[in-house]
Amino acid sequence: MSSGPAVPFSGAPSSPEPPGPPAGRTAPIGGAEVLTAPEITRALTRIAHEVLERNKGGQQLVLLGIPTRGLPLARRLARKIAEVEPDLDADALVGSLDVTMYRDDLHRQPTRTLGSTDLPPGGVDDQVVVLVDDVLFSGRTIRAALDALNDLGRPRAVQLAVLVDRGHRELPIRADFVGKNLPTSLAERVQVRVAEIDEVDSVRIDGAGLAED
Amino acid sequence: MRHLLSAADLDRAQAVEVLDAAARMAATQSREIKKLPTLRGRTVVNLFFEDSTRTRISFETAAKRLSADVINFSAKGSSLSKGESLKDTAQTLQAMGADAVVVRHPASGAPHRLAHAGWVGTSVVNAGDGTHQHPTQALLDAFTIRRHLKADTAHPEAIGNDLDGVTVVIVGDVLHSRVARSNVQLLHTLGARVVIVAPPTLVPVGAHTWPCEIAYDLDQALVDHQPDAVMMLRVQRERMGSGGASAGPGFFPSPLEYTRSYGLDARRLRMLSERAIVLHPGPMNRGLEISAEAADSPRAVILEQVANGVAVRMAVLYLLLAKERETLA
Repeated sequence: MSSGPAVPFSGAPSSPEPPGPPAGRTAPIGGAEVLTAPEITRALTRIAHEVLERNKGGQQLVLLGIPTRGLPLARRLARKIAEVEPDLDADALVGSLDVTMYRDDLHRQPTRTLGSTDLPPGGVDDQVVVLVDDVLFSGRTIRAALDALNDLGRPRAVQLAVLVDRGHRELPIRADFVGKNLPTSLAERVQVRVAEIDEVDSVRIDGAGLAED
Repeated sequence: MRHLLSAADLDRAQAVEVLDAAARMAATQSREIKKLPTLRGRTVVNLFFEDSTRTRISFETAAKRLSADVINFSAKGSSLSKGESLKDTAQTLQAMGADAVVVRHPASGAPHRLAHAGWVGTSVVNAGDGTHQHPTQALLDAFTIRRHLKADTAHPEAIGNDLDGVTVVIVGDVLHSRVARSNVQLLHTLGARVVIVAPPTLVPVGAHTWPCEIAYDLDQALVDHQPDAVMMLRVQRERMGSGGASAGPGFFPSPLEYTRSYGLDARRLRMLSERAIVLHPGPMNRGLEISAEAADSPRAVILEQVANGVAVRMAVLYLLLAKERETLA
């Protein structure tokens, strides 16, 4: 009960009680787990099928992961898609798209490390591009991604797949494929961890405290 | 990082960070659309009190590729020739809303004065001051060396690597060379072993305190140290006093003798190991410190240095400007 379910944000969250409320859990970080590793796998499997269904197969499909955690998710989606459509090569489907230099909040953050942008050999011209990211929040990352994509070519269509949609959009952007819709308060913090980077697969939600993504 | 005044300002982690950012920038420069919106609305002033073509154009290109506005300000044809002081010039630029000033000045320390005197609140990038420092040149040299010697098939851009285990020989007019000073410091910071080779007349006083070895015989040094990179310095005859077309007074007997002792020619080129590369900061005196054969050989990465210069300067401008403007000191 103490590990804060989505309590509506109501005034001063910084009570003087100790910062690590979750008792009984051995996990090093607080909050509640909302997606376990098997659930993440199932969600990605479903998204892979939805992508294929929506696009009537995997022809002219490009999955672009947004670093850092969108990239391993895109790789997993591509593998799942290649399992279903054996004539596709998973590696040739995936690329990465770094959006740092297109962000609108650059001067409000400490300088961000630049990620890599690698397109599959065929480029993005006249392809269906599926952007893959871990969390959809304000929508500003995706806005930056659309700008970055614009400089790289002209896709036939752009779609968006995210593992978690936590709401609070600040721009008219929505996801085409969602792993889990997660109603949150702005004071909560959603933390996605993927095995390729963090050694475990999990999505956790931390209670009030830090109001950042 | 608020200013970039000296290669000594960077520790190893910061230097690697700049090189990594440069690698990302370089990757964007092979695209059809090379322009990025990153510094839209920012203004970069190129304040050049000394003649320069490639450095100014390189900074201008870098700023424009990041969508910053660029104002070029050179000593010739400006109020500087009417006797305006550095302070007044700087404050004028500040009043015009510059976010960064890229400054080249014949006096060592002028960029430092500009950054720390409290005249302006902008970021200052040293683009060469007197015989003191030229940090972006050192960064682009380190970037070029890293790309050639530290990349492998798994990491084609050598992201995250330093220059551990690399030996660099810097040859020629060290006395007048800010490029040599910056390179010795930066390459040492990155873990490379540096050897400078020059006639004793062109080794500055105090060079024995630098983190490098000093040798006087080029042939011997090429054999002893088996360099992975050879950096030829320009003989800066314009800084040697006499206006004569031949050698400056007293530094070396004649250009021909300099070439024989310290020039990189075909014979010395053949002494280098298989993977060794040849660098030159430009502009080259062909036939003096470097022969045409060496300059045009496949080992020479001189044009690549120019291309990498744009990427490195984009990275520096990005790291200095793409963050919150600190409150004015």
